This record gives sequence, C-alpha cells and structure tokens, in this order.
Amino acid sequence: MFDSVLIANRAEIARRVVRTARRMGIRAVAVYSDADADLPYVREADEAVRLGPAQPAQSYLDAAAVIDAARKTGAVAVHPGYGFLAENADFARQVMAAGLIWIGPDPAAIEQMGDKIRARNLMERAGVPVSPGSREPVADVAAAVAEAGRIGYPVMVKAAAGGGGIGMGAAASPADLRAAFETARSRAERFFGSPAILVERYMERARHVEVQILGLADGRVLALGERDCSVQRRHQKVAEETPSPGVSAGLRERMLAAAVLAGQAVGYRGAGTVECLVDAGTSSFVFLEMNTRLQVEHPVTELVTGIDLVEQQFLIAAGEPPSFDPAAVSSSGHALELRVYAEDPVRFLPRPGQITEWVEPSGEGIRVDAGYQAGNTVTPFYDPLLAKLCAHGADREQALARARQAVAAFDIAGPKTNLPFHAELLSSAEFVAGDYDTSLVSRLRPS
Amino acid sequence: MGRRAVRPGQQTGVAVAEVRAEMVANVWKVVAAEGDHVDDGDTLVILESMKMEIPVLAETQGVVTTMHVAEGDVVQEGDLIAVIS
Repeated sequence: MFDSVLIANRAEIARRVVRTARRMGIRAVAVYSDADADLPYVREADEAVRLGPAQPAQSYLDAAAVIDAARKTGAVAVHPGYGFLAENADFARQVMAAGLIWIGPDPAAIEQMGDKIRARNLMERAGVPVSPGSREPVADVAAAVAEAGRIGYPVMVKAAAGGGGIGMGAAASPADLRAAFETARSRAERFFGSPAILVERYMERARHVEVQILGLADGRVLALGERDCSVQRRHQKVAEETPSPGVSAGLRERMLAAAVLAGQAVGYRGAGTVECLVDAGTSSFVFLEMNTRLQVEHPVTELVTGIDLVEQQFLIAAGEPPSFDPAAVSSSGHALELRVYAEDPVRFLPRPGQITEWVEPSGEGIRVDAGYQAGNTVTPFYDPLLAKLCAHGADREQALARARQAVAAFDIAGPKTNLPFHAELLSSAEFVAGDYDTSLVSRLRPS
Repeated sequence: MGRRAVRPGQQTGVAVAEVRAEMVANVWKVVAAEGDHVDDGDTLVILESMKMEIPVLAETQGVVTTMHVAEGDVVQEGDLIAVIS
C-alpha cells in the first residue's frame, strides 16, 4: 500500500477520503482554494496546500497546480473525489505521467464513458439495454427534429459530454424540441466545452436506479447492489436509498448482471456507478450513463454492505485484493441519504452565506458526512452541498423514522437549507409508500 | 422561476423599479444595457450561484436608466442590479 495520498477535491468528499486514509495510516494531503481555507477538511488532513483563488478554473480545475502540490508534498497517489477533475481523462494521464498513482479507472475507460453517445453505443454492443436514441451527435435543430421523428416523442435532449442534469430538457413536440435543443446546446458549450447533443426517448414514469460496481485489481467486476436516486430537482439528486423500493428481486438480478457487463466492456478498475432508468410501469430498464468515480451517494451502499468503498479504491489502485470476500457480499437493512443543500426549501434557489450555528444529529444508524461547521462561509463558487445525512435501519420503516428524527435534530443557522423539504419528503405519502418516480419533487412543489 | 428570483425594489413615484439581488452570486451575463426599453419578463442580467444560472427579469416595462453591475462582479444579497423607470 502507498503511504500518502493527495485529495484533489474539497468539502465533504475531501473530508470523507481523509477519514479513511488516516484510519489506514496513509498520510492525507488536502488542497484548497482561498474560499475554503477554513473548512474542516483542510485542518483534518495531515498537510494542506493552497491551489489558488476561489474560481474553480484557478484552483480545483487547475491540473498543473494539483500535480505540483502532490510533488511538493511527496504524495504518492491522487484521489479525485467526484466532480472537478474526477472524470477528466487528460488529468488522469498527467497524474500517471508525473509518476503518481491514479485512484480511478484507466483514462481510456473514462473517455469511453464520458461521451454519452459513445457510451450508449458501446453498451448496446455489450448487451446492456439502451433507450432508442441517436447513435451520432445531432448537428442542428433540423437534425434533432428528424431524429426525434424516428425515435418517437417524448424525447430527452442532453449534452453528450454533460452531467449533473445541466442542459437536459424533455420535449413532447417539435416546438418543444426546438427550444430544448437551443438550451442544451448553449449549456453544453458553456459547461462542458462541447456542443455535441444527443436525443433519446424520454421515459415518462421512470425511476432513476444505479448500480455500484467495483473493478478489482485482478480484473473481476463486482456489483454491490443498487441505489434509488429518483428524488430529484432540476434533474439533480436530493435523496437516495438502498435497496430501491421499486426494484423486485428479479429486476435487481438483471440490473446487477448488466452493470457487470458494462464494467467488463471497458475493463473497469476501481469504484464506478452504472446509472439506469427503470420504467415504473413495466419494470424494464435502460442504461443511462456510467460515472467513472466515487459517487456522491456511496455512503448508503457502505451502510448496508459494511464495505468502505474508499478503502477498496485505495487497495485496488495499489494492486491489492479488496478487504472483503467478493463471494460473501451481503446487504443488511435499509439506508437513506438526504443531501443537505444551501438553498431555500421551496424554490430550491441557492442561498450561500455564513454559518452561525451547526449542530449535527447523532444516534443509532445515523451517519453525517459534512463539509462545513459553525463559523464557515458557504460561497457561491461551488455546488450547494453542505452535508449528507444518512440513516440506516433494520428495514425501510426504521430507516425513515431515524431519518425523520435526525432531520429535526440537525440545526443549521445562517444560510437557508433544504432541511424543511426533507422533513416534508419523509412524511409525504408517496415517498413513504415507496411508489414514486423522478417527478416526485415536482408533485410536492407544483409550480 | 426567474421572475421570482428578484424582488421588486421600492417604487418611488409612478414607475421607478429597483431590481436587487436576492442572493450572493456572480454576474455571469449582462443582457440589457442602459437606455434599453424592456418589457415585463425580459431578462436583465443572468446571475450564477452554486453552479446554477439565475436569470433576473424585469417586473415592469420601462427604460433601463442605470445598470449597476458588470459581468464578473460579485453581488451580495440586496445589492442594486438595475433601475427601470
């Protein structure tokens, strides 16, 4: 095992990776921008290096500065977290060219999965179900309308290089499609540096269910269960749970097998996530995309399996076997994750600000992965995730009860947060019944 | 959503509207210029905060008499963005 790791990220995920590194006796090096110098992860790391000003392009996205920080501190490996440079194949190559260990899959796998059109075509060939959609980028509005005519409405328009729901839009008619196409294309250029757009059949009552995979150092690919991520606003996840209340044992078996095929198709190594859409009516599923890094919501999988996924990432990157027996993976109970965002709980608009009070809940089955504490300032430069509040119980009912208590006990003053929304979610009949889909939030918040 | 992202400022006289920032944000794009005629619902500027674009819309029709922000500025909650009269 290597003796030191640089974590090329910030806030809750940097802190979470530091925790496992320190438990394993690995020296943890943090990096930070001027906006984040006071955050807990900077202090909890063994060493911390300033990258630059608050703007991501001048700090967390500055590949040269990150690699330079590793060199200066003698860090041997680089953990990218999620977001920022985590799915940047060029960065992964630069890390390796600098003689450092890249904690992630082969850069070629990142590239193959990073382009949604290439990934979709590859998955189709590998025998993974995909949605009817474009096999090449659509060049302009006319091509999009023609493609939608072939596929059939409603359709979804997305940036081929995109993620995080940015620029995605559904269209029920050619007129809708024209507007959605323009939005998607301008966002695609601005956020992802590529105007390539794809059009896919839109599933109207869908659950968003993903499978955690782990590509071992010996080449085997394991599937460690699913997570239901159907609670979304603006196509971004707000709450996740495992197991999915909408997935039967038979469907689970088929999804996990498909996820293993997906990983094998790209020779996947490390932790990755195969995202799928499940048709709530027919129980069929299609491949959506693969995230080639640790997922935000990985804690729910850790809670039910007892496996530390960051530890497995470290072991795999070092060429070692996992810490558990792959033939004896079992899942126990039910786990939920609630993303605590700095945003108003009604319209979900960003609410940065200074945190004057921060009291985390605790208790049996409660886990809080937080990026902030009292006295910190939440700035407008990064995403609004303050903390992930997770609850584990013997069954879904107990997990929900524990989550309700924990939400009520989480005390944050300063920026507005979506905790009141989570309280509502946990008592809404639809969520409690488990029979929900990706439009749950818009039903709770009709505009 | 955009329209509600701003709150109308104090109206003085018949039709002077101050448009203020509802949150800390970066000014990503300034869409309207001083002297422009705008209608209710037209986009004045686009703010960006926490990886989200937030259009700030005119809530009244009139002429943009002053534009108080430039692209790249950081606005604090309550800061004046523009005046329409």
